[in-house]
Amino acid sequence: MSLFKIFDIAGSGMSAQNLRLNTTASNMANADSVATKPEDAYKSRQAVFSAMLQNSFDQNSGGVGVQTLGIVESQAEHNMRFEPGHPLANEEGYIFDSNVNTIEEMANMISASRSYQTNVEVLNTSKKLLLQTLKLGE
Amino acid sequence: MTINIDNYLGLHSTALNLRSQRAKLLANNLANADTPNYKARDIDFRSSLQKARQNHGAQPGKTHAAHIPLTANAGAHALQYRVPTQPSLDGNTVDTQVEQGKFTDNAIRYQASLQFLNKRITGLIRTLRSE
Repeated sequence: MSLFKIFDIAGSGMSAQNLRLNTTASNMANADSVATKPEDAYKSRQAVFSAMLQNSFDQNSGGVGVQTLGIVESQAEHNMRFEPGHPLANEEGYIFDSNVNTIEEMANMISASRSYQTNVEVLNTSKKLLLQTLKLGE
Repeated sequence: MTINIDNYLGLHSTALNLRSQRAKLLANNLANADTPNYKARDIDFRSSLQKARQNHGAQPGKTHAAHIPLTANAGAHALQYRVPTQPSLDGNTVDTQVEQGKFTDNAIRYQASLQFLNKRITGLIRTLRSE
């Protein structure tokens, strides 16, 4: 029954979107973190998704969901601010902001939550269909 | 008079199987809605059903997990790629709205096949009962 596989597929989609929401939350929470050196400053984290394929022989199966290859840190430039009074300021009086783009993260969050909802809906529909199939012939 | 259950249930059991496979494909498309370079896939239901009907009954067994299946299902669906209406920059061709619509459509048709099948079965049971 392929319908049982849908639970795995939608589940993988949900966990992937959940991870994306997690990274977004982390990025948003650290958007205003500062550091003395640019390499210590918080770097925006992004999840990398990839389609899962069962094996090359089973091309007809059409894959089994989505997987997260890992989390990459953004290499964007850190904003430098002159604040000599700041406790974390370096000798020249500069502090370094995180490279989180809050607007991008907000859009990311909405996209992730919509995708999560879609997967939940798919799961619910499949559950309904399976329950009806169980009642076949009653 | 002999009753061939396979013939009696007709198209609907095959259709039900194909519908569930298509549901899996569409669920996979939806799960990969944010995967870069993922190409949405689907089957042509009409030709798949025809093929599945023709291959009905001829299913050689597999003795090893890596054997290429020659079952009715394997030949049944030639996966096709969806033509995107709005291609995106990351190479993903999943249009969530389209896929969601097709998934719902597929689910309703699955229920329809289920109902046809159910009526056949209850009809058969009623015939068999000696009341």
